[in-house]
Amino acid sequence: MTRPPVVELIDVTRSFPGPPEVQALKAINLRVESGDYLSIVGPSGSGKSTMLNLLGLLDRPSVGEYYLDGASTGALDEEQRAALRGGKIGFVFQAFHLMPHRTVLDNVLLATLYSGVPRAERETRARAAIDRVGLSHRVDFVPGTLSGGERQRVAVARAVVGSPELLLADEPTGNLDATTSGEVMDLFEELNADGLSLVIITHDRAVAERAERSIRITDGRLQELS
Amino acid sequence: MKLSLPRFGRKAKLAELAEAANADSAVESGWGAPPTMLRADRFSLQDLLVEASFGIGAKPSRLIMTTLGTVLGIASLVVTVGFAQTAAGQIANQFDAVAATQVVVEPATAQGNGGERATGVLPWDSPERVERLAGVERAGLVAEVDVQDRAVTSVPVNDPSAPAVLSPAVVATTAELLAAVRGDIVTGRYFDAGHDLRGDRVAVLGERAADELGINRVDSQPSIFIGETSYTVIGIINGVERRSDLLDSVILPMGTARTDFGVGAPAELQVQIAVGAGSVVARQVPIALSPNSPENFDVTAPSTKSSLRDNIQADINVVFLILGGIALLAGGLGIANVTMLSVMERVGEIGLRRALGATRKDIARQFMIESVVIGLLGGLIGSALGVFAVVIVSLIQGWTPILDPWLAIGSALLGAVVGLAAGAFPARRASNIEPITALRGS
Repeated sequence: MTRPPVVELIDVTRSFPGPPEVQALKAINLRVESGDYLSIVGPSGSGKSTMLNLLGLLDRPSVGEYYLDGASTGALDEEQRAALRGGKIGFVFQAFHLMPHRTVLDNVLLATLYSGVPRAERETRARAAIDRVGLSHRVDFVPGTLSGGERQRVAVARAVVGSPELLLADEPTGNLDATTSGEVMDLFEELNADGLSLVIITHDRAVAERAERSIRITDGRLQELS
Repeated sequence: MKLSLPRFGRKAKLAELAEAANADSAVESGWGAPPTMLRADRFSLQDLLVEASFGIGAKPSRLIMTTLGTVLGIASLVVTVGFAQTAAGQIANQFDAVAATQVVVEPATAQGNGGERATGVLPWDSPERVERLAGVERAGLVAEVDVQDRAVTSVPVNDPSAPAVLSPAVVATTAELLAAVRGDIVTGRYFDAGHDLRGDRVAVLGERAADELGINRVDSQPSIFIGETSYTVIGIINGVERRSDLLDSVILPMGTARTDFGVGAPAELQVQIAVGAGSVVARQVPIALSPNSPENFDVTAPSTKSSLRDNIQADINVVFLILGGIALLAGGLGIANVTMLSVMERVGEIGLRRALGATRKDIARQFMIESVVIGLLGGLIGSALGVFAVVIVSLIQGWTPILDPWLAIGSALLGAVVGLAAGAFPARRASNIEPITALRGS
């Protein structure tokens, strides 16, 4: 059985009306197959943020088409895009963005609210996800008592609890030291090995080089590195 | 409520979408997760309330400060209205009973050639006519008697050297008048309907007029003279609060005055009414007196208890309601301010929720609910405090606390409305936050 690519960008341009008009992405084409492990690197201002916005369905291309998991996203309205975002895409951020007053379990459960996981299944799945990132002993802790690496693991558990097709990680190791960075990257790679498509946006060369495939954005254009 | 609308439309759409998108993607999508499910339980009302309550409960000390304005505003509204209601009951009790039970009817006047002219005439049987009305207790007629240049004296003495004294005024009344104006007998008696009917030459003196004429007892049957005619004094009165000029007058029966002095028409009708009957009597009396032209009479009636109460209530209310409104406005601004602050602090959380699949509406709703709940909380506390204040002050003052239960309920809900209004702008701001900017910013 052939699967459609998880992500397919066709001639996507994103421009911000001026004056002067800025073209953050210029007619890019990108294909991410199911199970791919891709890193996107580039200097700041190169269009990485815009890329992340587009891939995460948080923004629309000005020109071009974005197929997510084989389906065109151009004609969807806000609600449909939000639903798709909740169901098919998981996000991991540099700053973790855990809610400080709520336990690890609650933080992971948050992702099930919007992705339509049936209420009865929510907790089981959240606990499974926490278990998957190796934090079952921290379920009732609040983020403030966790180390940076543990916090990022919670964020990863939250990203995968809705069983997404695509995991978008934005500088996931930016706030971590080299050792914990490596651990988090190991976790990503395990998830990838289980079939999750992974796109990591970073400017950490070491992180980028671990990916099977690396892409550089410069001045709104893509360049395949390896 | 709009929040609980069924999501059938969307569910159907999503199901279709999911089908189209993953016709064959339900294979292994990672570590043994179940296939893509229907979005049946997506951010339901229950989830919304739970999330909002976490938002509210995150900073308890701030929550207290936020509700304070609403608490004060609502409490002052409840206290204001509660005291107005309680005080109105008190005022009615302390009311001047005399002022509230006297009605005076006079012929209306019109400006014509050569001054004011009466446009109507009080009929001689006015007392009988009005006494049939409900609420009228007694009625009596008064007429001025023109004695021309005849002097009123007790003993006709021809003393050329005596200084000219002003004679007391002479008025004529019907027998019931004394009761109608609440006069008291000092000595003797008032004349009755028989004297009136027969035109007996008897007179009653006001206390001061009696003094002036040198008469202080009636058992010796003293006489007074009006001109050459003598009248037997049968009584002396005082205490006529509503017509104190009667104390300076010589009072004749109406029949006598008509016979001896040709009195043309009564000048006024004094009516004693039951408490609270003022407005009814005032409307009915002119019709009873002259069904064809009730407009020919001027009626002076006390404002009834209820209209007076309304006036007092309105006066109190306007001032304090304005104060309460200002406090409430401040409370609303407080909520708006703190919700705004909270939105700014939680930019990251908002961005995250959006990334996790929340729509702008979901975000706006969450912040709306948070501020509505804060407002409702303030309303409940304020309403309770207000009721307490009214009850305790009433207890101390020995009043009966009077409070409309809807006031307590309604003002608590008003707090929620204030929260709703206050939350609108911050919620809008929250829903317009760009997720990625928010997520990368911190």
